[in-house]
Amino acid sequence: MIVAEKKPIDEIIGFVRDYRKILLVGCNECVTVCYAGGKKEVEILASALTMAFMKEGKELEVKEVTLERQCDHEYLEEIRNIIDEYDAAVSLACGVGVQFMAEKYFRTPVFPGVNTLFMGVTEERGVWAERCQGCGKCILGETAGICPISRCAKRLLNGPCGGSTKGKCEINKELDCAWQLIIDRLKELGRLEDYEELIPIKDWSTERAGGPRKVIREDLKQ
Amino acid sequence: MSTKTPSRLEKILAAGHMAVTSECGPPRGSKGEVITKKAEMIKDYVDAINITDNQTSVTRLCSLAACIRLKLMGVEPILQMVTRDRNRIALQSDILGAASFDLYNILCLSGDHQQFGDSPQGQNVFDLDSIQLIQTVRYMRDEGKFLGGDDIDQPPKMFVGAAANPFADPFEIRVPRLAKKIAAGVEFIQTQCIYNLEKFELWMKMARDRGLHEKVYILAGVTPFKSAGMAKYMKNRVPGMDVPDEVVNRMSGVPKEKQPEEGIKICVESIQRLKEVEGVKGFHVMAIEWEEKVLEIVEQSGLYPRPKIE
Repeated sequence: MIVAEKKPIDEIIGFVRDYRKILLVGCNECVTVCYAGGKKEVEILASALTMAFMKEGKELEVKEVTLERQCDHEYLEEIRNIIDEYDAAVSLACGVGVQFMAEKYFRTPVFPGVNTLFMGVTEERGVWAERCQGCGKCILGETAGICPISRCAKRLLNGPCGGSTKGKCEINKELDCAWQLIIDRLKELGRLEDYEELIPIKDWSTERAGGPRKVIREDLKQ
Repeated sequence: MSTKTPSRLEKILAAGHMAVTSECGPPRGSKGEVITKKAEMIKDYVDAINITDNQTSVTRLCSLAACIRLKLMGVEPILQMVTRDRNRIALQSDILGAASFDLYNILCLSGDHQQFGDSPQGQNVFDLDSIQLIQTVRYMRDEGKFLGGDDIDQPPKMFVGAAANPFADPFEIRVPRLAKKIAAGVEFIQTQCIYNLEKFELWMKMARDRGLHEKVYILAGVTPFKSAGMAKYMKNRVPGMDVPDEVVNRMSGVPKEKQPEEGIKICVESIQRLKEVEGVKGFHVMAIEWEEKVLEIVEQSGLYPRPKIE
């Protein structure tokens, strides 16, 4: 899933200070799972904003909506009939949802309610961690199912570096060294000799470096 | 052994001499004479001098310019190049720039993470890793081509080196990792500072068991401690460093004013012992901001005078 964190309330107040009617739009997908932008967070943000405005002696009308997803036309269309009643919207979806809403509702100012961080997993309750950077050419088959691009601080394809200490990364003692994990798993799989295969220079053109990416499936296009 | 480049370091090693290299960190400013002064001081005691490339991610005068200064004063430079800050265009371009000044040695590194330096908020590049940089230099030199496949008009002629850390974890892949660097085309290795001699000897034995000592020149890295504080710092704070307790205790066991002398003594003793290790072909003496001590270390270790080879 896409992992996000709530933006500091003061930053959001700064965005909407000059408006009186605001639409808060949550998303029922990833940001709900990571407790950053679901129905509950929309409720909390609505109360926080109302209180902040009251303190400044201003009135605020807030409407709370949480959509199934904000990355599909179908669900974003659900607010078409009401959005024009509001001066501005705050989307608590990931950066994808915020932008898609802004594209669709061109005249309405749309602000982000979360900071979007990464594609990751719920390691345990309350702990999320990065697993993929969407490089567009998966190498997990060569690295024992552990991604050095997303999990090594230097994204070394032929690691580990000299800073790997007791299984941890040199930049943070809490962070597992991705290459230690790869080696441990290769050993478990009885394939430690695979470690000596040189991973070739990567073609980064399928990643961010190649410019904004798009997938077109002619068989599905209408 | 025959040589493949005009590198003096390569010639010395190929002739079977114990090589001695050292390194100088460029200044945090534009005073080029800082580097030439350091080099002037040690030049007769070493065969070549590494110039670090923004080590520990602290911004400094660039390695390439500093290496050119050494070259112009007749000292053999080893251009350190990290993949942290440059993509493959910049790396290849700097390699050609270096070649245009007849720099004949390069040390391929990934580089410390920028978090350690003065720009923790900066981007890092890591388009290539250190092993892929080794492959790149070899490809440019041996095939005469850019990574993109086009021909290079007068390819670089560089003796290709890399670092090896026998002490980082996991230990079991430290020799396989050396083998990977050799497979990528590395020709000389400078190791991390050695304080745990038993562990280094074990690493060398494991390398010898695979015949790796005959495929690459290994220069053992040594760094003298200036003080007991430095020994403790290296032990506890520097990632990938292995300083045994007895070394720290030996430093702390002498009065403060005697500690620098003790540090030099430990360093010289280490070199004496490492000279006997089969497969060690020379020494990389890193006297961090203490370059003047390189002279006595080299002299007391019986590595002076340096061979005259043109």
